[in-house]
Amino acid sequence: MSWFKRENNPEKKAQKPEKGQRKVKTEGLWLKCEGCKEIIWKKDLEDSHNVCPKCGSHFRIDAVARLQLLLDGPYQQFDTDLASADPLEFVDQRSYRERLATAQEATSLADALISAAGTLEGRKVQICAMEPKFIGGSMGGVMGEKITRAIERSITTRQPLIIISASGGARMQEGAISLMQLAKISSALMHLDEARVPYISVLTDPTTGGVTASLAMLGDLNIAEPGALIGFAGPRVIEQTIRQKLPEGFQRSEFLLKHGMLDAIVPRLQLKSYISQALTFFSGPVQ
Amino acid sequence: MDPETPEQTPPEPPNLAWQRVLLARHPKRPHTLDYIERLITDFHEIHGDRLFADDAAIVCGIGFFESRPVMLVGEQKGRDTKDKLHRNFGMPKPEGYRKAIRVMQIAAKFGRPVITFLDTPGAYPGIDAEERGQAEAIARNLREMARLEIPVISICIGEGGSGGALALGVGNQVFMMENSVYSVISPESCAAIIWRDSAKAEQAAAALRLTAEDLLHLGLIDGVIPEPPGGAQENTDAAAELVRKKIRDSLEELGRLSGAELVEQRYKKFRRMGNFFTTHAGRTLVAGD
Ligand SMILES: [Zn+2]
Repeated sequence: MSWFKRENNPEKKAQKPEKGQRKVKTEGLWLKCEGCKEIIWKKDLEDSHNVCPKCGSHFRIDAVARLQLLLDGPYQQFDTDLASADPLEFVDQRSYRERLATAQEATSLADALISAAGTLEGRKVQICAMEPKFIGGSMGGVMGEKITRAIERSITTRQPLIIISASGGARMQEGAISLMQLAKISSALMHLDEARVPYISVLTDPTTGGVTASLAMLGDLNIAEPGALIGFAGPRVIEQTIRQKLPEGFQRSEFLLKHGMLDAIVPRLQLKSYISQALTFFSGPVQ
Repeated sequence: MDPETPEQTPPEPPNLAWQRVLLARHPKRPHTLDYIERLITDFHEIHGDRLFADDAAIVCGIGFFESRPVMLVGEQKGRDTKDKLHRNFGMPKPEGYRKAIRVMQIAAKFGRPVITFLDTPGAYPGIDAEERGQAEAIARNLREMARLEIPVISICIGEGGSGGALALGVGNQVFMMENSVYSVISPESCAAIIWRDSAKAEQAAAALRLTAEDLLHLGLIDGVIPEPPGGAQENTDAAAELVRKKIRDSLEELGRLSGAELVEQRYKKFRRMGNFFTTHAGRTLVAGD
């Protein structure tokens, strides 16, 4: 299996400059909201989990913040060191290995997903959150495997599954391997469905491509945050195909709700109680 | 070899991947209906998704393969301009995928095998397709194909355009024709993203590893169906005979499995795909707690 031959390359990881250190916030204490153009105090924005206190615009948050938002306290992580072995040895302007190393450095994650078990308002759940800062939250073999294992744990433990999507879709640098993850995860979700264990899919900005065309649309409930970009094809691809401008609000959560593609739009600060109530509906009160 | 001579760069190998892309898209390449005509007797097309429309980019129907009743589902490109427009260049919309899973479920109900032909540049990227839930339609097909308690044989006959092809491709056995390609993204789109230049598609084709041999080596398909010399477009009858042989063998093999075994075999096969991992060791990766 020739694609393993370069996997143990310790120098590469060691020589990376400490990029994360430069991320000290120097912008000051105030921000301008892209939604309402109002000046908002940064601390207010952080306190409200990156939802503008003035207009309710939802800004992106990372995977760790997602888990903190939804879970009651400490949680157990799985497969934290599972990383791609670059089976295609994909090289464009930079090698995939370099892109991975940079993303790993920047996010302290081995790939674009955290998979965990914890409690949500006292109920044990399996939960996965994608990290949009890790190569656009793209899905390759690692994400596919981690999600499939989470589904299998849900089946074994009968703990409900929650997956929070934030992804540009399948990861190009793993070619057809990424594509087949759609089938792999969807097949596992068929077994979860047969086992009648609840699955809630949370679509956040952005959820497009292969992630939408598989796990994100297969929840018992598919719910989205307000204003999230959600679609199969990216807006640019569609514009090029039809050669006309896209209508206002196209492929946003509200557009999908109107066209019958979502069960509900739920603001970020209400997500936890919404999911808790839905799980009570599905599985009864917490024992 | 003269040791003084500086090492010569070997001549650039012909880009086989790109040649395959061109063959897969060859204007004379046999399409789904060409194979159905040669392999299936008493074929009757089944139309419509019972929800919105009949999508001509996917052909479905009942018929007999060597006197065995089978359900056919295949993506269909057009031949002349008018036909191409009618078939939407082989790019299905949600109603096409919904028709496909509808007929597959009919086949499952009556214990009939399904044969699918994959041949699309991709699912149609348009406003109407998005409005009607292109992503949902594909996702549902993936999950529901996994549930079918019948033999499903999928053959990529030309262009395996990402999720648009995979939506018909969750088979117990998946084959690619020798000169077909199967990819997560078209070489042109890949090049446009990476190099901001769709003219670099040839390079992207090689990088994506999208040939039948590539997918076989990566463990993503079950076999390669040879084509007549020069490619299937040179001799459609001969190509169809090679496909016939593979379907015959595959039906016989899968016919030995029960419904439950077929579901399990299909799941186990896809469950293993893409497990090329390494350990990201040497630093703390725990970001939570
Ligand atoms: Zn605002």
